[in-house]
Amino acid sequence: MDIVVLVKQVPDSGSERTLDPADKTVARASADNVVNEIDEYAIEEALVLKEAHGGEVTVLTVGPESAADAIRKALSMGADKAVHVVDDAMHGSCAPQTSAVLAAALQQMPFDIVLCGAESTDGQLSVMPALLAERLGIPQLSGARKLTIEGGVAKVERQTDGGYWALEAPLPAIVSTWDTINEPRYPSFKGIMAAKKKPVTKKSLADLGIDPSSVGLATATSQVVDFAGRPPKGAGVKVTDEGDGAAKLVDYLAGQKIV
Amino acid sequence: MAEVLVLVELNPTGEGLRKTTLEALTAARALGEPSAVVVGAPGTAAAVRPQLAEYGAARVYVAESEEVEQFLVAPKAEVLAQLVAGKQPAAVVIPSSPEGKEIAGRLAIKTGSGFLTDVTEIAPDGTATQVAFAGATIVHSKVTTGTPIYTVRGNSVTPEPAPGAAEEEQVAVQLSDAARATRVLDRVVEQKSSRPELTEASIVVSGGRGVASAENFSLIEGLADSLGAAVGASRAAVDSGFYPHTFQVGQTGKTVSPQLYIAVGISGAIQHRAGMQTSKTIVAVNKDPEAPIFELADFGVVGDLNTVVPQATESIAARR
Ligand SMILES: Cc1cc2nc3c(=O)[nH]c(=O)nc-3n(C[C@H](O)[C@H](O)[C@H](O)COP(=O)(O)OP(=O)(O)OC[C@H]3O[C@@H](n4cnc5c(N)ncnc54)[C@H](O)[C@@H]3O)c2cc1C
Ligand SMILES: Nc1ncnc2c1ncn2[C@@H]1O[C@H](COP(=O)(O)O)[C@@H](O)[C@H]1O
Repeated sequence: MDIVVLVKQVPDSGSERTLDPADKTVARASADNVVNEIDEYAIEEALVLKEAHGGEVTVLTVGPESAADAIRKALSMGADKAVHVVDDAMHGSCAPQTSAVLAAALQQMPFDIVLCGAESTDGQLSVMPALLAERLGIPQLSGARKLTIEGGVAKVERQTDGGYWALEAPLPAIVSTWDTINEPRYPSFKGIMAAKKKPVTKKSLADLGIDPSSVGLATATSQVVDFAGRPPKGAGVKVTDEGDGAAKLVDYLAGQKIV
Repeated sequence: MAEVLVLVELNPTGEGLRKTTLEALTAARALGEPSAVVVGAPGTAAAVRPQLAEYGAARVYVAESEEVEQFLVAPKAEVLAQLVAGKQPAAVVIPSSPEGKEIAGRLAIKTGSGFLTDVTEIAPDGTATQVAFAGATIVHSKVTTGTPIYTVRGNSVTPEPAPGAAEEEQVAVQLSDAARATRVLDRVVEQKSSRPELTEASIVVSGGRGVASAENFSLIEGLADSLGAAVGASRAAVDSGFYPHTFQVGQTGKTVSPQLYIAVGISGAIQHRAGMQTSKTIVAVNKDPEAPIFELADFGVVGDLNTVVPQATESIAARR
């Protein structure tokens, strides 16, 4: 089975994140960049599928040179090879533009299933599987907490408020995963050493047959007009419970007309 | 006046419209005259038309067929694309559920448009407000290509009634093969709760690892019930098996924005904040005075939740 897993590099959600004042795109150069946390679950699921069905796991990343670190991480977890689409013309691309690039790259690769994370922590869009399904004309099985494949058919439990939807579609298909689907493995020392020798193919927009002026900030379908730090909340009240903590809390709620 | 299409989202469990639909209708009025789009099984539109009229829908496009609910996301995007082509609306506004965002994305590709997700406000010139990076940054954005598509984040707009004629117009549903790609075999509700839905509740009481056990979550439920609130949980509480995953608040759980959020035994990790930071008022109970949750709390009690919470529950009940 040919398995492709989409991995995005994002600024660490635990560190200071901001937009670049110059062009109002996510400041990636100054950030601590990591693999989008939920993508590790997609990588793990890809490895589990390979163990069950055989085949190869290919990582696909669209992102700047620095995203090579995210690719290494996926390879050290056990993916076999990678495709890295890098092109300066892509800077500031919107989600529809990025999806066009990912779709073009996928069209140059054999795949039975594409796995990706359910959401990236920088944009928090949760739309990439839908965009790619639309562009490629393949089924979307998004938001999976469980995935099984049998006889060329994918079955997914799509996590919802208070339960799940049972989904089914024939392969090839795209599946996105939540962090409830599995427990990602840590790269072993052997895995880290092996990753250094695994093939990473770099592709440019020209390699994908994409006109550079169709992507990037200048032609993005949406643009940031301005941004500001959220005004810091005024310092709150903090009381220490000395038998009257609950009473003070309820007084506060009463003052807010809540009780 | 310009026409704005608003996709109707129905209550997943019961009858009627989700509150998010009323919010979307209200937000859409900044841009023009809202037309509600009902995509569902036959009979759906008739049941919700009065409420759509009450919240300002000038028209109701009725796209009903047995088939549309049998497939994931794509049929709704297809119906909207057909309407965008036919009616040339000024914009499309969709409630920001996981499904709503995916519909917006597919519609954007079909119509060659840009889209903005999780907007908290739409200005008359089309500029939308979004909250980025776990609530740390406020962003104003604009769609620059095609018919602007917005998804409106729950609880960020106050629904306001306005009279609308809600004139019905039938829309023929002709699904392509591509829209029939992913079959929805079953919709399973695992947790039926008499409490308000987490993302719609005006008060949320959440418990964390500090609650210490599944049994002890009854303290959180007790406080929630005294306030008519929904119950939430941190990931640590969920991972420890204290409370089911569907109630997780945070980056990989639900995003909530209630009038009041009470965090009990929660330290306030960035991933938790991501899901609750835009709550109007934040109250915290934690025995550690240095817990980061106090940095965002409007009111904090440093103390043991096992004493503070039952006392508070009792005193709130006494006031009612
Ligand atoms: C990919 C990823 C996604 C994540 N997504 C989420 C998410 O969606 N939501 C989320 O919440 N977290 C998420 N996390 C986890 C997050 O980093 C924290 O680990 C988690 O929020 C901590 O939960 P907690 O505050 O309940 O536990 P802790 O950090 O252990 O805090 C417990 C608190 O309880 C207090 N306490 C203990 N006993 C008492 C008592 N008797 N009385 C009063 N106070 C007491 C302690 O002082 C402490 O502050 C995510 C992490 C990752 C890596
Ligand atoms: N530039 C990218 N390169 C590779 N994968 C991506 C990229 N952008 C998004 N993805 C994948 O799509 C998922 C959802 O992203 P998003 O729709 O941006 O929230 C992520 O978890 C990734 O798996």
